[in-house]
Amino acid sequence: MMKMRHTALLAGLVLMTAACGGGTTRSDVQQQQSSAPAATAASSAAANPNAPLKQGLKIAFLPKQVNNPYFTIADNGGIEAAKEFGGEGKEVGPSDANASSQVSYINTLIQQKQDAIVISANDPNAVVPALKQARAAGIKVVSYDSDTAPDGRDIFVNQASAEDLGRTEVQLLAEQIGHKGKIAILSATPNATNQNTWIEFMKDELKKPEYKDMELVKVAYGNDDDQKSFTETQGLLRSYPDLAGIISPTTVGIAAAARYLSDSPYKGKVKLTGLGTPNQLRKFVKDGTIDAFELWNPADLGYLSAYAAAALASGQITGAEGEKFKAGKLGEYTVGAKGEVLLGKPTVFNKDNIDDFDF
Amino acid sequence: MTATATRPERITRNGGRRLVDLVARVRELGILAALAALFGVTGAVNPSFLTYGSLRDILLNTAIVAMLAVGQTLVVITRNVDLSVSSVVGLSAFGGALVLADNPGVPIPLVIAGCVALGAACGAVNGLLVGAAKVPALVATLGTLYAFRGIDYAVAGGRQVNAADMPDGFLSLGTRSVLGVPLLALVALAVLLVVGWMLRNLRSGRELYAIGSNPEAAVLAGIQVRRRIMAAFVANGALAGLAGVMWAARFGTVDATVATGKELDVIAAVVVGGVAIFGGSGTVYGAALGALLLASITSALAVLRVDALAQTAINGALLIAAIVLDRLLALRVAAALRRRRFHDDN
Repeated sequence: MMKMRHTALLAGLVLMTAACGGGTTRSDVQQQQSSAPAATAASSAAANPNAPLKQGLKIAFLPKQVNNPYFTIADNGGIEAAKEFGGEGKEVGPSDANASSQVSYINTLIQQKQDAIVISANDPNAVVPALKQARAAGIKVVSYDSDTAPDGRDIFVNQASAEDLGRTEVQLLAEQIGHKGKIAILSATPNATNQNTWIEFMKDELKKPEYKDMELVKVAYGNDDDQKSFTETQGLLRSYPDLAGIISPTTVGIAAAARYLSDSPYKGKVKLTGLGTPNQLRKFVKDGTIDAFELWNPADLGYLSAYAAAALASGQITGAEGEKFKAGKLGEYTVGAKGEVLLGKPTVFNKDNIDDFDF
Repeated sequence: MTATATRPERITRNGGRRLVDLVARVRELGILAALAALFGVTGAVNPSFLTYGSLRDILLNTAIVAMLAVGQTLVVITRNVDLSVSSVVGLSAFGGALVLADNPGVPIPLVIAGCVALGAACGAVNGLLVGAAKVPALVATLGTLYAFRGIDYAVAGGRQVNAADMPDGFLSLGTRSVLGVPLLALVALAVLLVVGWMLRNLRSGRELYAIGSNPEAAVLAGIQVRRRIMAAFVANGALAGLAGVMWAARFGTVDATVATGKELDVIAAVVVGGVAIFGGSGTVYGAALGALLLASITSALAVLRVDALAQTAINGALLIAAIVLDRLLALRVAAALRRRRFHDDN
C-alpha cells in the first residue's frame, strides 16, 4: 500500500513537471519567434564551401530515448565521426521517448554552449521553441532519424527516402526469385502511412520491363500483430501455392513471417525480404529462411549527422539547397530541398555481413 | 393393428426427444455446427484449407487463446471478468524471454514454472482487489491491465528479445509436434480437460457456478465466496503466465507490447463459447471451441482471398452469425422442452 502511494505521488510529480515544462515553452514561443528569423538570416549570409572544419567542436546528440539500442549505435557512429575531425561528441537524453522531456535537455545544452545539437525529435513541434532559442544563441541544429518542423533545425539527415526503400525491396526480392513468379506484400495496418507510401513505390517499380514476369498478387495486412501476421502469412501460402516471395516492409511482419516460414515446408523455397533489424532476423538468416533483407545503417546515420553538424558549425554550409560537404568515409553529400540530406540507399544484410552489426 | 400403428410413432418421438436432450445438455453443439459450416464452405472453395499443414496451423493459432479462454471462463462463471490477462501474458512472455536470453544455462522447466508463478502472483493481485477489497472486477482488472503493462514497459526499457537470443530447445517447444499434433495444442488440451473435469466434478468447481448464479445465496449457503473468487483469479493468472511462455516460444520475437489487446479476443471466445457473461453457466469446452472458431474464421478469411480492408467487418459479421445460430438453436430446444413438459403433464 505504501509503495502504491509512492508511485501515485511520483506520477503526480511527473505530471506537474510536465505541465510546468509545457508552460515555460509556451511563454518562450513569442520571444523566440521574433529572434529566430534574424538568426537564420545572419547564418545564411556566410556560406564558405572551402572553410576547414573547426577543431574542438562540441557536438551533442539528443536521441528520442537513451538506452535504446538503435540510438546507441547511431550516436556512437556520430561520436566516432567527431573524433575523426577533432571534435568532441556526447550523447544526452531522456530515458523515456517523451516530447516534453527533450526540451529541458535542449535548454541545458544551450547553457553549456555546445556548437551543435543533433536531435531526433519525439514530437516535431514540441521541441521547436527550445531549438529556436538554441539557434538564436548560435548553436547549429541537425535533426536525424525523426525530423522537427523545418524552422527548428538547419538540416535534416534523412535515413532513407520512401522511394529508395520501396524500390530496393522489390529489387532485392527480384534478385532472389530470378525476376519471376508471384509475389505478395505483408504490411502493417491498412492505414499505416509509411508502409502505404513504400508500397506505392514498390508497385511503381514493378511496372518496369525487367519485372514483367513478376506479379504482385496480394497485399496482406498483419496489423503489426504477431498472431495476425502469422495467420496472414499462412493464408498467403495456402491461397497462392505457387507464391515465389513475400516482401514485408515492417519489422513485426518480417519477424513473424520468418518465424512461421522457418518451421514450415516453405522454408527457403518461398523467399522473404523486407525491412528488419539484424538482431531480430539473425537466426533466420543463418538457418536459410531469409537470404537478404535491408535497413539503413544507424551508425552511418549518426556519422553523417555529425559531419553535417560540423560543416554547419564551421560555416561550410548553411542548410541551403545545393550546398555540398564531405562526410569522411561516406564521401560527399549535397543538401537537398527543404534542408534535407539523404543518407543513401539502405544497407543490405545477408549471412556474410550480418555478424558485423549489433542492433 | 393398433399396436403396429403406435409403435413407430413412439420410436420417432423418442428419437426426437433424444436429440432435444442432447442439444439441451451439450450446449456446445451450436458452435460445432458453426465450425462444421465454416470448414465445409472454406474447404469447398479452397481444399488446401483442410490439409494437415493447414489444420496444424489452425490448432497452433488456437492453442494460446484457448488456454486463456479456459482461464477466463473460471472467472466469468463467478460473475467477474479479468481484463488484465493480455498484460499478464505480455509480462510473463517478456520476463521468461529475458531470463532465457541473459542466462542461457537456466533450465527451461524452471523458467516455465517461474512464469506460471509470476502469472499466479498477478492473478492474486486481481483476486485481492476483487475478492477482498470488493472492487468491481471490471474496474479492478482494467486498472491492473495498465499497471502490469506499465511494469512490462519499465522492465523492458525498449529492449527486444529476438529468436537468436533464446535457446533452440526453448523455441522448439513452440513448433514441435507429438504424434502429429503440435505440442502447444496438446498442452492447451490437457489444461482444458483437467479444468473441465474439476469444474464438473469437484465441489469447489460447482461452488464457482453457485457464486455466479446468485452471490448472496452462495454466502448464505456457507460457500467461502471470497476464497473461491480469489482461487479463480489466481488460476486464471497462472494460465495466463503459462500462455505467456508459450507465446515467447511460438513467436520468438518478444518485446514489451506482446499480446496487447488480446483480452478482447479471449472474452469474445468465452462469450461465443456460450459462457454467460453474467456468470453461473457455461463450460470451458465451449470457451475453447469459441477460441477455435475465432481462429478458424481469421484463417479462413486469409485463405479465401477476402479483401483485406473488409476482413475485420466480415470477421465481426461471422461472429454475430455464429452467436445467432447458437441462440436460435438454444431457443428451439427451450421451446421443445416446454412442449414436452406440457405433453408429459397431460
